[in-house]
Amino acid sequence: MTEAAVSIRCDDVRFRYAPGAAEMRFDCAFQAGEMTALVGPSGSGKSTLVSLIAGFETPHAGAIRFGDRDMTRVPVSERPVSMVFQDNNLFAHLRVFENVALGVSPSLRLTAQDRATVEAALEAVGLAGYGARRPAELSGGERQRVALARVIVRRKPVLLLDEAFASLGPALRVEMLDLLASIHEDRAMTTIMVTHFPEDARRIAARTVFLADGATMAEGPTDTLLDPDVAPEAVRAYLGQSDRRPA
Amino acid sequence: MAIGRIAWVPVLFLAALAAGAFLPLAIMALPGAGGEIAEALGDPVVWRSLRFTLVQALLSTGLSLGFAIPVAVALHEMRDFPGRGLVLRLFVLPLALPQIVAVLAIVGLYGERGALSRLVESAGVDFPSIYGLAGILLAHVFFNMPLAVRVALGGLSSMPAEYDRLAHQLGMGFAARFRHVLWPFMRPALMSAASLIFMLCVTSFTVVLTLGGGPRATTLEVAIYQALTFDFDIARAVLLALVQVAVTAFAFAMLTRAGGEVSAGLTLGAMRPFATRRNAIAGIVAMLVIVVGTVFVAAPFVVVFWRGLAADLSGLAAQASVRSALATSLVLGALAAVLAVGLALTLALGMARAAAQRGFTGTPSASERLLGQASSLILVVPPVVIAAGWFVSIRRFGDVYGAAPIMVATINAAMAVPFAFRLLAPSASSMMERYDRLCRQLAISGFARLRLVTWPLLRRALLLALAFSLALSLGDLGVIAIFGSQDVQTLPYLILQRMGSYRTQDAAGLALILCLMTMALMMFADRTGVGSAEARTS
Repeated sequence: MTEAAVSIRCDDVRFRYAPGAAEMRFDCAFQAGEMTALVGPSGSGKSTLVSLIAGFETPHAGAIRFGDRDMTRVPVSERPVSMVFQDNNLFAHLRVFENVALGVSPSLRLTAQDRATVEAALEAVGLAGYGARRPAELSGGERQRVALARVIVRRKPVLLLDEAFASLGPALRVEMLDLLASIHEDRAMTTIMVTHFPEDARRIAARTVFLADGATMAEGPTDTLLDPDVAPEAVRAYLGQSDRRPA
Repeated sequence: MAIGRIAWVPVLFLAALAAGAFLPLAIMALPGAGGEIAEALGDPVVWRSLRFTLVQALLSTGLSLGFAIPVAVALHEMRDFPGRGLVLRLFVLPLALPQIVAVLAIVGLYGERGALSRLVESAGVDFPSIYGLAGILLAHVFFNMPLAVRVALGGLSSMPAEYDRLAHQLGMGFAARFRHVLWPFMRPALMSAASLIFMLCVTSFTVVLTLGGGPRATTLEVAIYQALTFDFDIARAVLLALVQVAVTAFAFAMLTRAGGEVSAGLTLGAMRPFATRRNAIAGIVAMLVIVVGTVFVAAPFVVVFWRGLAADLSGLAAQASVRSALATSLVLGALAAVLAVGLALTLALGMARAAAQRGFTGTPSASERLLGQASSLILVVPPVVIAAGWFVSIRRFGDVYGAAPIMVATINAAMAVPFAFRLLAPSASSMMERYDRLCRQLAISGFARLRLVTWPLLRRALLLALAFSLALSLGDLGVIAIFGSQDVQTLPYLILQRMGSYRTQDAAGLALILCLMTMALMMFADRTGVGSAEARTS
């Protein structure tokens, strides 16, 4: 079973890519089992924040906590996290089945039970019978489905998506968001989704954190935070509707 | 289309130079002396040299890769280790270290009275002689293991960053990661490294000349040299040259098939490290592998400095022969470097112009391919073979030693062209792609275009190519070994002479001077290269 969902807190996390670069500041919380969207202009630090949570970058000050546990310096492989990137989620030289199976056994030593688990996950994302194919034979949407199948078999309590559906067309993106929502409903993972489409957040994320200029600016329920009528000024400027108030 | 036509000048020049290798054949055919060559076919020296050439090249390739794989993997795994960048910088130096200097250092370390062999023997263990196959392999591994490491890491840097992140997030252990993630990206790089190293070892001259022991350890190139300088057996030299060209043509075809590049390993991408869990033993093993590899590569440099500083440097500087060799080296090296860069730039611009004509899409045209291949001609017809051909031909008709400076400068230039071309071609192509139409529309042409567009954009690549060409020319012993005389001596030639007359102290001092010159050039090139990489990303 999936481990119990955990909340995530970034307590005054400070980070910079190089000694001379601008300092980024993240102060925000993600509730256990909820889906939160990270929204903001490009270069605002959305991807950096999920990289910090996944452990691909290390803060130089502040703390990242999963529940009560301080994760700030825990190595990547020991964080209970699954991540879906925009591209290259699948090893191109391995088959679809093996790519998913890596989520069960990182050395690909599989029992009959494991194989059934992988097949079931492929079925859950609508790719039953695709196991023998190579990633190159799949469409962009299908490849992201495979990545989600691996998320299902990994059963980690935290899921991070870094613009995972950004390169898909509008219809396909909606389809993938709904698939993600149904997986979330089943598993109740603490899910953080980076997106530069406010409508993605409105569709499936209960809460939203807004970033700008390398810092967290505002957080709250998506309904109010991304509502042009009541949103804070910075968010309204980003949404581009600050001068379109209803009379 | 001025550049379009000018691009054929270097093609003709390089082809004519290489054709000199076959000139003696034509000359000998005239008086009906073809029988002499047929007679040489029965000469056991020819076939023994061929066999030894292939055997030592295969063994050198296998050993270089065998040692490079663990070092490359360890360097990849220990990416947060602070000395990593320094180690990779050290590993680029053997590429440009004159072979004669490396040989002296290797003798100083592993030779009969070398630092390491005495240490081993004081422990009561017999240290094998390095003259013969063992020494040749040792030198070849010193030159090529670091190259293979850099090529393998280059292959790994072509891996999407997500793969690396995923592998760690999925908790893959080292064995699974090596098999499923690292190896698929290292394998093609290692294949091209293997064909490149085989190619370099098949044409290795200086190492075999100095460390090869007699008839049992002689390669085709050294046999050509011996046939010309000791035996005056022209027929045998010509036959050997033909066999050598057949072997290098085969090796070059393999290199092209494997997608190898002579300039492979000169540039490397960067990687962003993150904290990973590593068990202590694996970490210690990886560090040990890195340390052993680094010491193996660094030790010869230390020996060159150590022994060079012990020599009577001021006494050497006062010798007229040393001063004149230094001057000759610098003048001929500078001529060769300028010529090489000029030829390479013309080829690169011509190729970029041809690519512009097809709008940089689709497959390269025939003329593009021909221009690219012309730059590599010297790999198929190696410098020693060309030098031998011209030596035999000129000797027939005129003053062979009077022609020496021209021959040394031109053949050394041709030798540097493939490297200079590979360094210039990407910049030339991107310049043409971005600004060619703009320049034509604004009617910026001729010298104005050279000054306002070409020079600012290609400056770094040109300096890099110039420095590398100069380092290669300064260190070459092959051509001067054939054309050298009392009147025309370069530093490597002088070192060889002092070694031959057992003036080891002098040789060590001269080696230090030569080493300092080439390493300064490489460090300059390294800086320039780093600068251009930064300029591209900003």
